[in-house]
Amino acid sequence: MKTTDNQGELWEVFIQSKPGQAFKHAGSIHAFDKDNAIENARDLHTRRNEGTGLWVVPSKEIIAVTLNESDYFFEPATDKIYRHPTFYNLPEGVTHM
Amino acid sequence: MNTTLNYYLQIADNALILSHRLAENTSKGPYLEEDLATANVALDLIGLAESVYNEAAKLEGYGQTGDDLVYRREEKEFVNCLLTEQPNRDFAHIVTRQFMMDTFNYHFFMALTKSKDPFLSAVAFKSLKEVTYHLRRSSEWMIRLGTGTDESKHRVQLAINTLWKFTDELFEASQADKVMLANGCGVDLSDIQLQWNQKVNEILFLAQLELPKNHFSVRGGKDGIHTEHLGHILTEMQFLPGKYPDAVW
Repeated sequence: MKTTDNQGELWEVFIQSKPGQAFKHAGSIHAFDKDNAIENARDLHTRRNEGTGLWVVPSKEIIAVTLNESDYFFEPATDKIYRHPTFYNLPEGVTHM
Repeated sequence: MNTTLNYYLQIADNALILSHRLAENTSKGPYLEEDLATANVALDLIGLAESVYNEAAKLEGYGQTGDDLVYRREEKEFVNCLLTEQPNRDFAHIVTRQFMMDTFNYHFFMALTKSKDPFLSAVAFKSLKEVTYHLRRSSEWMIRLGTGTDESKHRVQLAINTLWKFTDELFEASQADKVMLANGCGVDLSDIQLQWNQKVNEILFLAQLELPKNHFSVRGGKDGIHTEHLGHILTEMQFLPGKYPDAVW
Protein backbone atom coordinates (compact mmCIF):
# COMPACT_ATOMS: atom_id res chain seq x y z
CA MET A 1 0.00 0.00 0.00
CA LYS A 2 1.27 3.43 -0.92
CA THR A 3 2.00 5.66 2.03
CA THR A 4 1.41 9.36 1.98
CA ASP A 5 2.46 12.45 3.90
CA ASN A 6 -1.11 13.68 4.03
CA GLN A 7 -2.42 12.86 7.51
CA GLY A 8 -5.13 15.52 7.61
CA GLU A 9 -5.44 18.44 9.97
CA LEU A 10 -4.32 18.53 13.58
CA TRP A 11 -7.10 18.47 16.22
CA GLU A 12 -6.92 18.85 20.01
CA VAL A 13 -8.74 16.30 22.16
CA PHE A 14 -10.50 17.11 25.46
CA ILE A 15 -11.93 14.42 27.72
CA GLN A 16 -14.42 14.70 30.57
CA SER A 17 -13.68 11.90 33.01
CA LYS A 18 -17.01 12.12 34.91
CA PRO A 19 -20.28 13.96 34.28
CA GLY A 20 -20.14 17.49 35.70
CA GLN A 21 -16.37 17.76 35.69
CA ALA A 22 -14.31 20.02 33.49
CA PHE A 23 -12.99 18.74 30.16
CA LYS A 24 -9.23 18.26 30.22
CA HIS A 25 -6.79 18.37 27.36
CA ALA A 26 -5.72 14.81 26.56
CA GLY A 27 -3.54 15.18 23.47
CA SER A 28 -3.84 15.80 19.77
CA ILE A 29 -4.73 13.70 16.72
CA HIS A 30 -4.84 13.89 12.95
CA ALA A 31 -8.10 13.72 11.02
CA PHE A 32 -9.71 14.85 7.77
CA ASP A 33 -13.06 16.16 9.02
CA LYS A 34 -15.24 16.50 12.14
CA ASP A 35 -16.63 12.95 12.12
CA ASN A 36 -13.22 11.48 11.43
CA ALA A 37 -11.76 13.58 14.25
CA ILE A 38 -14.24 12.55 16.94
CA GLU A 39 -13.84 8.88 15.95
CA ASN A 40 -10.05 9.00 15.92
CA ALA A 41 -10.17 10.73 19.31
CA ARG A 42 -12.42 7.96 20.60
CA ASP A 43 -10.20 5.22 19.22
CA LEU A 44 -6.97 6.73 20.55
CA HIS A 45 -8.06 8.19 23.87
CA THR A 46 -11.23 6.66 25.32
CA ARG A 47 -11.06 2.91 24.79
CA ARG A 48 -10.08 2.23 28.38
CA ASN A 49 -12.95 3.99 30.14
CA GLU A 50 -11.12 7.32 30.31
CA GLY A 51 -14.22 9.38 29.92
CA THR A 52 -17.91 10.09 29.53
CA GLY A 53 -17.53 13.18 27.36
CA LEU A 54 -15.35 14.03 24.39
CA TRP A 55 -14.56 17.27 22.54
CA VAL A 56 -12.35 17.82 19.53
CA VAL A 57 -11.26 21.25 18.33
CA PRO A 58 -9.21 22.12 15.24
CA SER A 59 -5.79 23.09 16.61
CA LYS A 60 -5.64 26.13 14.35
CA GLU A 61 -8.82 27.50 16.00
CA ILE A 62 -7.18 27.60 19.44
CA ILE A 63 -5.97 31.06 20.39
CA ALA A 64 -2.90 30.79 22.57
CA VAL A 65 -0.63 33.17 24.44
CA THR A 66 2.76 33.18 22.75
CA LEU A 67 5.94 32.72 24.71
CA ASN A 68 7.09 36.33 24.39
CA GLU A 69 3.70 37.58 25.59
CA SER A 70 3.75 35.45 28.69
CA ASP A 71 5.69 37.93 30.84
CA TYR A 72 3.12 40.69 30.80
CA PHE A 73 0.21 38.24 30.69
CA PHE A 74 1.04 36.25 33.80
CA GLU A 75 3.72 37.97 35.88
CA PRO A 76 1.55 40.79 37.32
CA ALA A 77 -0.63 38.25 39.13
CA THR A 78 2.10 36.88 41.39
CA ASP A 79 2.41 39.90 43.74
CA LYS A 80 -1.31 40.58 44.20
CA ILE A 81 -2.18 38.21 47.00
CA TYR A 82 -5.55 39.94 47.53
CA ARG A 83 -6.68 38.26 44.31
CA HIS A 84 -6.46 34.89 46.01
CA PRO A 85 -9.48 34.33 48.25
CA THR A 86 -7.51 32.31 50.80
CA PHE A 87 -9.41 33.70 53.81
CA TYR A 88 -12.67 31.91 53.06
CA ASN A 89 -13.38 28.58 54.70
CA LEU A 90 -14.77 26.04 52.26
CA PRO A 91 -17.84 24.16 53.48
CA GLU A 92 -17.37 20.44 53.93
CA GLY A 93 -18.35 18.39 50.90
CA VAL A 94 -17.07 20.91 48.33
CA THR A 95 -14.44 18.91 46.57
CA HIS A 96 -13.73 20.49 43.20
CA MET A 97 -12.33 23.89 44.27
CA MET B 1 -21.84 -32.19 12.21
CA ASN B 2 -23.75 -30.87 15.20
CA THR B 3 -25.99 -28.03 13.94
CA THR B 4 -25.50 -25.68 16.88
CA LEU B 5 -21.75 -26.18 16.72
CA ASN B 6 -21.74 -25.42 13.01
CA TYR B 7 -23.78 -22.28 13.59
CA TYR B 8 -21.35 -21.10 16.27
CA LEU B 9 -18.44 -21.77 13.92
CA GLN B 10 -20.04 -19.70 11.14
CA ILE B 11 -20.17 -16.71 13.48
CA ALA B 12 -16.71 -17.26 14.97
CA ASP B 13 -14.95 -18.02 11.65
CA ASN B 14 -16.34 -14.84 10.07
CA ALA B 15 -15.04 -12.78 13.00
CA LEU B 16 -11.65 -14.56 13.13
CA ILE B 17 -10.80 -14.31 9.46
CA LEU B 18 -11.94 -10.71 9.10
CA SER B 19 -10.01 -9.82 12.25
CA HIS B 20 -6.92 -11.50 10.82
CA ARG B 21 -7.19 -9.52 7.60
CA LEU B 22 -7.45 -6.26 9.57
CA ALA B 23 -4.57 -7.28 11.83
CA GLU B 24 -2.40 -7.89 8.75
CA ASN B 25 -2.72 -4.19 8.03
CA THR B 26 -1.26 -3.13 11.37
CA SER B 27 1.69 -0.76 10.79
CA LYS B 28 0.61 -0.36 7.15
CA GLY B 29 -2.31 2.05 7.66
CA PRO B 30 -2.42 5.33 5.75
CA TYR B 31 -1.66 7.29 8.94
CA LEU B 32 -1.18 6.49 12.62
CA GLU B 33 -4.73 7.21 13.81
CA GLU B 34 -6.30 5.04 11.14
CA ASP B 35 -3.78 2.28 11.79
CA LEU B 36 -4.81 2.17 15.46
CA ALA B 37 -8.51 2.43 14.69
CA THR B 38 -8.31 -0.55 12.32
CA ALA B 39 -6.42 -2.56 14.93
CA ASN B 40 -9.14 -1.68 17.46
CA VAL B 41 -11.80 -3.16 15.18
CA ALA B 42 -9.62 -6.26 14.74
CA LEU B 43 -9.41 -6.57 18.53
CA ASP B 44 -13.18 -6.31 18.95
CA LEU B 45 -13.64 -9.07 16.37
CA ILE B 46 -11.04 -11.40 17.86
CA GLY B 47 -12.74 -10.92 21.25
CA LEU B 48 -16.04 -11.97 19.71
CA ALA B 49 -14.43 -14.94 17.94
CA GLU B 50 -12.69 -16.13 21.11
CA SER B 51 -15.86 -16.19 23.22
CA VAL B 52 -17.80 -18.08 20.54
CA TYR B 53 -14.97 -20.60 19.89
CA ASN B 54 -14.66 -21.33 23.62
CA GLU B 55 -18.38 -22.01 23.86
CA ALA B 56 -18.28 -24.09 20.66
CA ALA B 57 -15.43 -26.17 22.10
CA LYS B 58 -17.57 -26.94 25.15
CA LEU B 59 -20.45 -27.99 22.90
CA GLU B 60 -18.22 -30.35 20.99
CA GLY B 61 -17.39 -32.04 24.27
CA TYR B 62 -14.09 -33.70 23.38
CA GLY B 63 -12.17 -31.63 25.90
CA GLN B 64 -11.04 -29.30 23.12
CA THR B 65 -10.38 -25.61 23.61
CA GLY B 66 -11.23 -22.62 21.46
CA ASP B 67 -7.59 -22.56 20.34
CA ASP B 68 -7.91 -26.10 18.96
CA LEU B 69 -10.79 -24.96 16.77
CA VAL B 70 -8.66 -22.16 15.36
CA TYR B 71 -5.32 -23.90 15.03
CA ARG B 72 -6.21 -27.52 14.33
CA ARG B 73 -8.91 -27.37 11.70
CA GLU B 74 -8.24 -27.66 7.99
CA GLU B 75 -9.23 -25.15 5.36
CA LYS B 76 -12.27 -27.18 4.27
CA GLU B 77 -13.56 -27.19 7.86
CA PHE B 78 -13.70 -23.37 8.01
CA VAL B 79 -17.17 -21.99 7.30
CA ASN B 80 -16.51 -18.26 7.05
CA CYS B 81 -18.01 -16.31 4.15
CA LEU B 82 -15.66 -15.73 1.22
CA LEU B 83 -15.93 -11.96 1.62
CA THR B 84 -14.04 -12.03 4.93
CA GLU B 85 -10.96 -13.73 3.45
CA GLN B 86 -10.53 -11.35 0.48
CA PRO B 87 -7.10 -9.67 0.59
CA ASN B 88 -6.17 -6.09 1.55
CA ARG B 89 -5.56 -4.87 -1.98
CA ASP B 90 -5.63 -1.22 -0.95
CA PHE B 91 -7.27 0.98 1.68
CA ALA B 92 -10.47 1.23 -0.38
CA HIS B 93 -10.76 -2.58 -0.39
CA ILE B 94 -10.26 -2.71 3.37
CA VAL B 95 -12.92 -0.06 3.96
CA THR B 96 -15.40 -1.57 1.49
CA ARG B 97 -15.04 -5.13 2.80
CA GLN B 98 -15.45 -3.75 6.31
CA PHE B 99 -18.51 -1.69 5.40
CA MET B 100 -20.18 -4.72 3.79
CA MET B 101 -19.44 -6.94 6.80
CA ASP B 102 -20.30 -4.25 9.38
CA THR B 103 -23.69 -3.73 7.74
CA PHE B 104 -24.28 -7.48 7.80
CA ASN B 105 -23.06 -7.84 11.39
CA TYR B 106 -25.12 -4.92 12.64
CA HIS B 107 -28.41 -6.36 11.35
CA PHE B 108 -27.43 -9.96 12.10
CA PHE B 109 -26.55 -9.31 15.74
CA MET B 110 -29.57 -7.03 16.17
CA ALA B 111 -31.78 -9.99 15.15
CA LEU B 112 -29.70 -12.48 17.13
CA THR B 113 -30.43 -10.63 20.41
CA LYS B 114 -33.86 -12.32 20.19
CA SER B 115 -32.34 -15.81 19.97
CA LYS B 116 -33.71 -18.46 22.33
CA ASP B 117 -30.13 -19.63 22.80
CA PRO B 118 -29.08 -17.62 25.89
CA PHE B 119 -25.40 -17.68 24.93
CA LEU B 120 -26.07 -16.35 21.43
CA SER B 121 -28.38 -13.60 22.62
CA ALA B 122 -25.79 -12.52 25.22
CA VAL B 123 -23.02 -12.48 22.60
CA ALA B 124 -25.29 -10.50 20.27
CA PHE B 125 -26.03 -7.87 22.93
CA LYS B 126 -22.36 -7.43 23.70
CA SER B 127 -21.29 -7.31 20.04
CA LEU B 128 -24.01 -4.93 18.97
CA LYS B 129 -22.44 -1.95 20.74
CA GLU B 130 -19.09 -2.60 19.10
CA VAL B 131 -20.58 -3.29 15.69
CA THR B 132 -22.71 -0.14 15.80
CA TYR B 133 -19.53 1.87 16.12
CA HIS B 134 -17.73 -0.15 13.41
CA LEU B 135 -20.60 0.51 11.01
CA ARG B 136 -20.59 4.24 11.74
CA ARG B 137 -16.86 4.40 11.02
CA SER B 138 -16.87 2.37 7.84
CA SER B 139 -20.02 4.10 6.48
CA GLU B 140 -18.35 7.48 6.90
CA TRP B 141 -15.19 6.24 5.19
CA MET B 142 -17.27 5.04 2.21
CA ILE B 143 -18.79 8.53 1.91
CA ARG B 144 -15.42 10.20 2.47
CA LEU B 145 -13.74 8.12 -0.24
CA GLY B 146 -16.69 8.36 -2.64
CA THR B 147 -16.89 12.14 -2.38
CA GLY B 148 -13.15 12.73 -1.97
CA THR B 149 -10.71 12.92 -4.86
CA ASP B 150 -11.01 11.34 -8.33
CA GLU B 151 -8.48 8.75 -7.20
CA SER B 152 -10.34 7.80 -4.01
CA LYS B 153 -13.68 7.61 -5.85
CA HIS B 154 -12.15 5.42 -8.54
CA ARG B 155 -10.56 3.07 -6.03
CA VAL B 156 -13.61 2.66 -3.82
CA GLN B 157 -15.85 2.01 -6.85
CA LEU B 158 -13.34 -0.59 -8.04
CA ALA B 159 -13.41 -2.24 -4.61
CA ILE B 160 -17.23 -2.39 -4.63
CA ASN B 161 -17.20 -3.91 -8.13
CA THR B 162 -14.58 -6.49 -7.14
CA LEU B 163 -16.17 -7.53 -3.84
CA TRP B 164 -19.82 -7.42 -4.89
CA LYS B 165 -19.87 -11.02 -6.13
CA PHE B 166 -19.13 -12.26 -2.59
CA THR B 167 -22.08 -10.50 -0.93
CA ASP B 168 -24.91 -12.87 -1.94
CA GLU B 169 -23.31 -15.64 0.05
CA LEU B 170 -23.86 -13.72 3.29
CA PHE B 171 -27.60 -14.31 2.94
CA GLU B 172 -27.61 -17.89 1.67
CA ALA B 173 -29.00 -20.13 4.38
CA SER B 174 -26.83 -23.12 5.20
CA GLN B 175 -28.30 -26.23 6.83
CA ALA B 176 -27.30 -24.79 10.21
CA ASP B 177 -28.96 -21.44 9.40
CA LYS B 178 -32.20 -23.22 8.48
CA VAL B 179 -32.35 -25.48 11.54
CA MET B 180 -31.40 -22.72 13.99
CA LEU B 181 -34.03 -20.40 12.50
CA ALA B 182 -36.68 -23.12 12.77
CA ASN B 183 -35.98 -23.69 16.46
CA GLY B 184 -36.00 -19.99 17.35
CA CYS B 185 -32.26 -19.69 17.95
CA GLY B 186 -31.16 -18.34 14.58
CA VAL B 187 -31.76 -15.40 12.29
CA ASP B 188 -33.83 -15.11 9.11
CA LEU B 189 -31.19 -14.17 6.54
CA SER B 190 -33.77 -13.00 3.99
CA ASP B 191 -34.76 -10.23 6.46
CA ILE B 192 -31.11 -9.34 6.92
CA GLN B 193 -30.68 -9.15 3.15
CA LEU B 194 -33.49 -6.57 2.85
CA GLN B 195 -31.99 -4.44 5.62
CA TRP B 196 -28.50 -4.86 4.20
CA ASN B 197 -29.58 -3.72 0.74
CA GLN B 198 -31.38 -0.71 2.20
CA LYS B 199 -28.34 0.43 4.19
CA VAL B 200 -25.88 -0.20 1.36
CA ASN B 201 -28.11 1.70 -1.10
CA GLU B 202 -28.39 4.60 1.32
CA ILE B 203 -24.64 4.90 1.90
CA LEU B 204 -23.70 4.41 -1.77
CA PHE B 205 -26.20 7.15 -2.66
CA LEU B 206 -24.63 9.53 -0.12
CA ALA B 207 -21.17 8.51 -1.33
CA GLN B 208 -22.17 9.13 -4.98
CA LEU B 209 -21.11 5.58 -5.84
CA GLU B 210 -22.85 3.02 -8.03
CA LEU B 211 -24.16 -0.48 -7.49
CA PRO B 212 -22.38 -2.86 -9.87
CA LYS B 213 -24.43 -3.67 -12.96
CA ASN B 214 -23.05 -7.05 -13.95
CA HIS B 215 -24.08 -9.27 -11.14
CA PHE B 216 -22.92 -12.81 -10.61
CA SER B 217 -22.18 -14.64 -7.40
CA VAL B 218 -19.40 -16.73 -5.98
CA ARG B 219 -20.30 -18.95 -3.06
CA GLY B 220 -18.99 -21.91 -1.09
CA GLY B 221 -17.50 -20.56 2.13
CA LYS B 222 -20.28 -21.94 4.30
CA ASP B 223 -19.61 -25.38 2.75
CA GLY B 224 -15.87 -25.13 3.33
CA ILE B 225 -15.06 -24.39 -0.32
CA HIS B 226 -12.88 -21.31 -0.21
CA THR B 227 -11.08 -18.91 -2.52
CA GLU B 228 -7.34 -19.35 -2.89
CA HIS B 229 -6.76 -16.78 -0.12
CA LEU B 230 -7.89 -18.70 2.98
CA GLY B 231 -5.18 -21.34 2.65
CA HIS B 232 -2.51 -18.66 2.85
CA ILE B 233 -4.09 -17.11 5.93
CA LEU B 234 -4.25 -20.47 7.70
CA THR B 235 -0.72 -21.46 6.69
CA GLU B 236 0.59 -18.42 8.49
CA MET B 237 -1.86 -18.55 11.39
CA GLN B 238 -1.42 -22.28 12.07
CA PHE B 239 2.30 -22.57 11.42
CA LEU B 240 3.48 -22.40 15.01
CA PRO B 241 0.96 -24.77 16.63
CA GLY B 242 1.50 -27.12 13.65
CA LYS B 243 5.23 -27.24 14.11
CA TYR B 244 5.28 -27.10 17.93
CA PRO B 245 2.01 -28.72 19.05
CA ASP B 246 2.86 -28.38 22.75
CA ALA B 247 3.92 -24.74 22.63
CA VAL B 248 2.26 -22.56 25.29
CA TRP B 249 2.16 -18.78 25.71
